[in-house]
Amino acid sequence: MSNSNGVRSILMVGVGGQGIIRASDILSAVLMKSGFDVKKSEVHGMAQRGGCVSSHVRYGKKVYSPLTRKGDVDVMLSFEKLETLRYLDYMRSSGVIIINEEEIYPPSVNLGEAPYPHNIEEIIRKYFNDIHFLNATKLALKEGDRRIANTIMLGALSPYLDIELDTWEDVFRTDFPPNVAEKNFSVFKMVRNQFSENKNLIMQ
Amino acid sequence: MKVFMSGNEAIARGAYECGVTFASGYPGTPSTEVIEEFSKYDGVYAEWSPNEKVAMEVGIGAALAGARALVVMKHVGVNVAADPLFTVSYTGTNGGLVIMTADDPSMHSSQNEQDNRNYARFAKIPMLEPSDSQEAKDYIGLAFDISEAFDTPVFLRTTTRVSHSKSIVKLGEPAPREDRTEIRYNPDKYVMVPAKARARRVEVEKRMIRLKEYAETFSENRIEMNDPDTGIITAGMTYNYAKDIYPDYSYLKLGMVYPLPAELIKEFASKVKKLFVIEELDPFLEEQIRSLGIEVTGKIIFPYTNEFDPGIIEAAMAGSSSESRQFSLPPIPARPPNLCPGCPHRGLFYVLGKFDCFVTGDIGCYTLSFMKPLEGLDSCVCMGASIGMAHGMSKALKEKGKGRVVAVIGDSTFIHSGITSLLNLAYNKSHAVVIICDNRTTAMTGMQEHPATGYTLQGDIAAQLDLVELGKTLGIRNVHVVDPFDMKTTRKIIKEELSTEGPSLIISQGPCVLLKKERKRKKKPLMIDTEKCTGCKLCLGLGCPPIAWKRFEDMKDITIPKKRKNQEGIAVIDTALCNGCNLCLQLCKAGAIMEVSGNE
Ligand SMILES: Cc1ncc(C[n+]2csc(CCOP(=O)(O)OP(=O)(O)O)c2C)c(N)n1
Repeated sequence: MSNSNGVRSILMVGVGGQGIIRASDILSAVLMKSGFDVKKSEVHGMAQRGGCVSSHVRYGKKVYSPLTRKGDVDVMLSFEKLETLRYLDYMRSSGVIIINEEEIYPPSVNLGEAPYPHNIEEIIRKYFNDIHFLNATKLALKEGDRRIANTIMLGALSPYLDIELDTWEDVFRTDFPPNVAEKNFSVFKMVRNQFSENKNLIMQ
Repeated sequence: MKVFMSGNEAIARGAYECGVTFASGYPGTPSTEVIEEFSKYDGVYAEWSPNEKVAMEVGIGAALAGARALVVMKHVGVNVAADPLFTVSYTGTNGGLVIMTADDPSMHSSQNEQDNRNYARFAKIPMLEPSDSQEAKDYIGLAFDISEAFDTPVFLRTTTRVSHSKSIVKLGEPAPREDRTEIRYNPDKYVMVPAKARARRVEVEKRMIRLKEYAETFSENRIEMNDPDTGIITAGMTYNYAKDIYPDYSYLKLGMVYPLPAELIKEFASKVKKLFVIEELDPFLEEQIRSLGIEVTGKIIFPYTNEFDPGIIEAAMAGSSSESRQFSLPPIPARPPNLCPGCPHRGLFYVLGKFDCFVTGDIGCYTLSFMKPLEGLDSCVCMGASIGMAHGMSKALKEKGKGRVVAVIGDSTFIHSGITSLLNLAYNKSHAVVIICDNRTTAMTGMQEHPATGYTLQGDIAAQLDLVELGKTLGIRNVHVVDPFDMKTTRKIIKEELSTEGPSLIISQGPCVLLKKERKRKKKPLMIDTEKCTGCKLCLGLGCPPIAWKRFEDMKDITIPKKRKNQEGIAVIDTALCNGCNLCLQLCKAGAIMEVSGNE
């Protein structure tokens, strides 16, 4: 699962305000701590909330480009269902897609002018085999903090990366204040374990 | 120590390490973080100036006093600062003066895609261009060395992708530097009256010759020989894109993009069979290389517009895209950025959108109100353009324009370049109405302070500009302050001023919801009573993100009574997103909108 010069590419996509940039910073820190060269880049419009956000994280022995060529993404971590479709052409055909079931309506849907596609899962399954769903937003609310959703997404991603649990723990502990680190890391571990087992985590 | 840094963070760090003690700038994506990060280091002075021209002049002063001064702006900021820029090229700098220009290929957050490498040639100023964060940190030090050695301002050019992508950087420690500041008089160099300027003009050309020689041996102009069949000349981020796809080709990577090392280029060209120039935007390198009599392939295959990525380079080189899988997808609704829930601009532009007026707009968050459903402004050219345009339009339209031309401008933008145009309105007896959308911050670029917020970059209390008094002083007799969250009064005042003779100034005062002090004062969210909503869609006209339309036919389990014969659905509010600004409540005729009660 890597291109000719041994670089792997992870693409995080979603909507501004979902904590994607923070999540990709944590992921990059973990990869760097594991000894990889890492580059990361976001593509987003103006600094406003509510627009599309995508973050490329690329790692390997030596990484040149911080942007991934279309067709080269190994794992997509999608924080919002509809956004998954927008970036499908970035995926390698054998790639893994992990999708948060949250639906955030774009303005035209809110105004009743365009439908929010209802069969997103069906569409993606036509083209990709390795796709997994979870409801990170609901699970985060259950854990009492909406902002923890991005940590949950990282928990779902982690079984696909060959990174020691200790490294993740180190990064959580240096990146968050102590009590927040505790909470985030324990939720992370729980999701990581469940995801390693059945790779689908639909919390009701 | 190795850290993971953005290009902008690395530039700030590099400046600190190489003894820069002085930085000025005006915010602008993708350059803003350089000043913000730099200001956090010990023992440095940093400021937000009111605009880029002032920032440049401040930097020139600091450099003439002997300091190492860094001036930071986005690409279009250099247009604003161009006047002093072209002449500081003549005076020279005494201390070090480096101007960072951050270009924005693809216009991720800009109104145009100008290639500021052209400024280097135009103003006869050398320019360095890093390709990642490590180089960004290293090049800033090199830029200052060149500035001091050649007594010239130096450009450091980045693009959005270099400024905002992150990569690994090795930190150094700041080298101790002696204080070289003192007052030095040198009228031959610093008083650019024609007689003196003519002499300096000649010096500039001599300096260019020396810089060209220097470029030949500059360590960051380097040849990487590999497969001699294909040679690529490139600089900045495109080097990485090309290496990603073609690691085995030969490269001439230029760290200095102006002036170019002619001999080095000839040497490289002679070593490879086929030569490509890969550069985003203008054929800046290509045309100069051609003029050396060297045949290259460039813009004939590579696009002029937008930023590149590895796939774009591959497609251009191969003549087609290698792997583009086709998917059949339903229409994907666009997701443009929108005004936040609770934004003070929303009420103002809802009101403005209903007047039969041409609203000349400006640049800032409020520009987003041009979109449906607000459609609250009708033009956007550059920072500060709105007021002058409104005046010109109303003069040209004469009677037809009376009561029908309004200018809107943000508080930061007004200070940046609206004050002189407002003065012109009074001076030349305009009939236009000017509205300052005063949200107490520079919101669009991430909440920077400015002279009307009363705080400095560091958050210290400062003299606070009084916009009402300023308006009066400039000669505007009709000055009003309105609360944009009170749409009725806002509408009344705008209407009155449109029918009044002479220019008017309305200051729409409502703090940005993202301001920290405002967030603490969070208001109660609203909800819609499904039993009362008549489905009239008035509230949807605000384009507020939490308000959504739900069609009856999509609601499977619930039945909601129809209140009108042709009612097709109801509006709902996502209470988790609502900031309780009450605009929708003011619009609802059915009384269906109310505060969420209890701790729901
Ligand atoms: C010459 C120039 N400098 C900087 C910018 C970047 N920029 C765009 S809007 C803006 C200021 C916005 O602040 P304000 O006018 O207060 O409006 P707000 O976003 O707060 O609504 C800036 C700095 C630019 N577009 N052009």
